Amino acid sequence: MTELQTLPATEKQPPSGGKTRANSPQGGGRKRESRGSLAFSRNARIKALAKHAVLIITGGIMIYPLLWMVVSSLRPNDMIFREPGLWLNSLEMGNYTDGWSALTHPFGHYMLNSAVVVIGSILGNLISCSMAAYAFARLQFSGKKLFFGVMLLTIMLPFHVIIVPQYILFSQIGWVNTFWPLIVPKLLATDAFFVFLMVQFIRGIPKELDEAARIDGAGHPRIFLRVILPLMVPALATTTIFTFIWTWNDFFGALIYLTDPEMFTVPVALRAFVDSQSATSWGSLFAMSIVSLLPVFLVFLFGQRFLIKGIATTGIK
Amino acid sequence: MSAISELSSMSRRTGPATAEEKRANRRDNKAAYIFLLPWLIGLVAITVGPMIMSLYLSFTDYNLLQPPEWVGLDNFTRMLGDARLHNSLRVTFTYVLVGVPLQLAVALLIALVLDKGLRGLPFYRSIFYLPSLLGGSVAVAILWKQIFGTSGLVNQVLAMFGITGPGWISDPSTSLGSIILLHVWTFGSPMIIFLAGLRQIPNMYYEAAEVDGASTLQKFWRITLPMLSPIIFFNLVLQIIGSFQSFTQAFIVSGGNGGPSDSTMFFTLYLYQKGFGQFDMGYASAMAWFLLVIIGAFTAINFIASKYWVFYDD
Repeated sequence: MTELQTLPATEKQPPSGGKTRANSPQGGGRKRESRGSLAFSRNARIKALAKHAVLIITGGIMIYPLLWMVVSSLRPNDMIFREPGLWLNSLEMGNYTDGWSALTHPFGHYMLNSAVVVIGSILGNLISCSMAAYAFARLQFSGKKLFFGVMLLTIMLPFHVIIVPQYILFSQIGWVNTFWPLIVPKLLATDAFFVFLMVQFIRGIPKELDEAARIDGAGHPRIFLRVILPLMVPALATTTIFTFIWTWNDFFGALIYLTDPEMFTVPVALRAFVDSQSATSWGSLFAMSIVSLLPVFLVFLFGQRFLIKGIATTGIK
Repeated sequence: MSAISELSSMSRRTGPATAEEKRANRRDNKAAYIFLLPWLIGLVAITVGPMIMSLYLSFTDYNLLQPPEWVGLDNFTRMLGDARLHNSLRVTFTYVLVGVPLQLAVALLIALVLDKGLRGLPFYRSIFYLPSLLGGSVAVAILWKQIFGTSGLVNQVLAMFGITGPGWISDPSTSLGSIILLHVWTFGSPMIIFLAGLRQIPNMYYEAAEVDGASTLQKFWRITLPMLSPIIFFNLVLQIIGSFQSFTQAFIVSGGNGGPSDSTMFFTLYLYQKGFGQFDMGYASAMAWFLLVIIGAFTAINFIASKYWVFYDD
């Protein structure tokens, strides 16, 4: 921006100003006038228009299947294979009532199971990852470099390498068809991604705050609970939201550990639904799919800010 | 990459002197290990322990009922002659080598279109990001199964133009392509990382290039691409590691059998069938370690190759 300061004051642009010039005729005009070309401004507007067109078409194609699934779930069953459009003649809630009670338990039962696993996983991740992150970000200890490296490596470790022995371990202690195999690993900070995310965040908190607390006689537990935790709420929120979505969607773990329909979480219940359905009940299958996506969608709506920040800073998928 | 990491490097630079750190060293050990305790237990019991155990099991014959029986390299020699395994490797490599570059290319393209401060950026960003949150779910896999079915949405649309589409999912020549498309559909999260990266490129480079009369394409090749290369590299590494482990979509779309005629039999799906379908735990463990080696090799190649194309500004 230093170059710009040599320009006359009227042409100085705030950092974000440069980004909106394409479709702000006034700002764009002023900038172009200095180069003495009015045609250029029209060009820029056409360019912006073309960009909007590209984005709307791409976005439309991407979202269309989801919208179509919502609409189709509100249609009589046979129309799903005949009607590619989004027009609704009447609202049919039959698919939802049918789907809700299509399996051995009402669908709410599986959602409750999922909720238990999700809440357990969130609590587990929040507690264990923040503790580990505090140690990595703030404490000096022997083996720190090694452990930190190992922690980063485990982020990339394929789950498959540990799943067989893990299954053997959990089945020997009688945990198959309980929620423990899905929750206990989170209590032990095995989602190292969140440890990394929190380490990054804690490093951004000024150390002077810790020092001040220490001078006041606070020990590490106190600094952690009273100084660091309250300041890392954004990182905790990001962790909560991602844990929610990933756990809610988790299929592989549930597929392996939950074989009793009583214990099914939503993804395995849906899978059982796909397997059991005769080719005629796509409507109710769609209906329950939408019910299953609804919590994720709501979290997305309200937690987007944290999601996007979380991805941009750590590159979580 | 962000304010946070910048702050973190700043705090490290202005941190206490080394002498002071050394003094703190002794004092913090006990506290540190208490804070790390859950993570350490997890590391030993949930991660490293099972890893070593699975390495051991890969040299055994084990079906969960009888105790493991040492068979030496048997599982690995079996893998050499297992045609279905070779096919699953081919399927997985195709998925990774086609799906990942395609997804990243779309992500970069849309990020570039979005970057120059278009009105409504948050709205577009949300639209493009949503699929990557839903893409891993069983529900979307079910949707995919329908829309690429013989009389699914895609063929209904094609029929409006008088085209009779194939049964995308029931035809072995297009079934994998349908799942690759599902992967491309989730380009939103790498796109957001690209957007964050594009914002870090100093405007003065572009201004200087404009003064020199550079074209849009030249600016892209000479400024945007080199400056963005660390982020492209980062996305590439992460996406490759993740894609090798894809499971849910192929499992649901194919009804769990990797069909038709093994055309969507991902390596992970075959591993699941061996381990948890036939309880051939020794063989599944050998496969898992093989997968780890493949992913490790790909990541290593990526890092070595990065020396030739990734450009670091500082």
